[in-house]
Amino acid sequence: MNTQVNLAGVTLKNPVMVASGTFGSGAEYSEFVDLNRLGAVVTKGVANVPWPGNATPRVAEVRSGMLNAIGLQNPGIDVFCQRDLPFLEGYDTKVIVNVCGKTTADYLEVVECLGQEKRVDMLEINISCPNVKEGGIAFGQDPKAVEAITKEVKKHAKQPVIMKLSPNVTDITEMARAAEAGGADVLSLINTLTGMKIDINRQTFALANKTGGMSGPAVHPIAVRMVYQVAQAVKLPIIGMGGIENAEDAIEMILAGATAVSVGTANFYNPMATLEIADGIEDYMKRMHVENVQDLIGAVH
Amino acid sequence: MAKIQEMATVLEQTILAESVYSMWLATNVAKEAAAGQFVSLYCGEGSRLLPRPISICQIDTDRNAIRLVYRLAGKGTKEFSKLQTDEQVRILGPLGNGFPLEGQHPIVIGGGIGVPPMLELAKQLKQDSTIVLGYRDDQLFLKEQFESYGQVEIATDDGSVGLHGTVVDVLRQKNVTGDVIYACGPKPMLAAVKKFAEEKGIKCYISMEERMACGIGACLGCVCQTKEVDAHSHVHNARVCKDGPVFLAEEVEL
Repeated sequence: MNTQVNLAGVTLKNPVMVASGTFGSGAEYSEFVDLNRLGAVVTKGVANVPWPGNATPRVAEVRSGMLNAIGLQNPGIDVFCQRDLPFLEGYDTKVIVNVCGKTTADYLEVVECLGQEKRVDMLEINISCPNVKEGGIAFGQDPKAVEAITKEVKKHAKQPVIMKLSPNVTDITEMARAAEAGGADVLSLINTLTGMKIDINRQTFALANKTGGMSGPAVHPIAVRMVYQVAQAVKLPIIGMGGIENAEDAIEMILAGATAVSVGTANFYNPMATLEIADGIEDYMKRMHVENVQDLIGAVH
Repeated sequence: MAKIQEMATVLEQTILAESVYSMWLATNVAKEAAAGQFVSLYCGEGSRLLPRPISICQIDTDRNAIRLVYRLAGKGTKEFSKLQTDEQVRILGPLGNGFPLEGQHPIVIGGGIGVPPMLELAKQLKQDSTIVLGYRDDQLFLKEQFESYGQVEIATDDGSVGLHGTVVDVLRQKNVTGDVIYACGPKPMLAAVKKFAEEKGIKCYISMEERMACGIGACLGCVCQTKEVDAHSHVHNARVCKDGPVFLAEEVEL
């Protein structure tokens, strides 16, 4: 049985990765998960300088999902390279670093720094965070801006570039095509959907930021639909994510056109979710007599 | 200490006061737990995803059990309150750092649903502690158990028992002295206790609370503001679930 998949020349031992921001840089979850069994670890977004993030409360539960407005708190690229990357050195998994910024120059500074780092296999460019005022999603909701930032990043990047797309747009295929035109190697989708929760007892917002990004099983069908649409619109490989909590959800995403999948919110309520999904995909392949997981990619089309 | 994720078995569930429940759980978490730590409990109902962080009230290593005393706060805790003896609930713990055991004359302060975690601490301190408990009214849950571990003073919001006022009013009026303060309770109470400790020059540990998602330090949902740049985050934020919930009062902004 072959569970390997290929993303822009990078071979993952299986299609199961984690979604940025839900897994830190792996240290906390390594108590529960053998990181060697993951296709890739995708780190929490890192900027050129430390970011403090938003005020609390930053998280709220909603039915079959959650909202978060962390605001991309991160220790900055220097600490990331000195502390977090060396931790991942010891593991046999691919390392994908999520990059955030307020301006194009911020993104490029991080991309340049990471170009020196041998441990980094790919870059994921976050142009879709709904929780920061500048940068983030501002780059991800206008096709011209998507193409421009992709081009700039590609000029400076030493590793293959994944552009992470927002679902908070009228037509995600337009953004996907723009990223492809800008030279992206891979697309990842979906980031969270902007939502709001109101505490009726306190008659105020559940999150200090008022709005937050919605994730969890409730968004899964939206993500499957968008992955399917994007898979038809572009030739690039896709990393599918959005509410994946078990192998069935992951396989659905692969059948819709994803080459790999990221597990996010499920880590919070089942720290072992990634491993169960990796095992479950193998069980499915046995049951369905599938020799190569790549035969499942977009098989529904 | 290792974190354990398993199904815990309910040994006993009782109501201590209006909306305040006590649940003993048989779990290996007891082997690893320290006073001031907490556990994550997961709902059985699948649409409620996030674990509920609940402080550990008592640790019984002989029975391999822990006691959680919690207030009904929403649908998740409502679900837990309906669990019967021999039923199971998924648990992850112990989590967080817990209280360091220090001082010759500790002052142990709990307010509202911040009272429960102080019980195991008061027991483990083995000193003649002064224990100051704040309640809304005359439903003084756990008070009698605290009496085995020190001199108990009571403040109530409605004045029905003890001093009509706050735990800090008790500290001032009774001239309570000590060489270390431990406190858990609502944020305004912690801020007042911190101020009192600064005035008197007493070392003060406070246990913080914040909305959490992962409970293990990865998601950065539950941060509190720190005075200095935090060693892990490199900003003025520390993780309540991992770096706390217990902090030196002087290190956090309230």
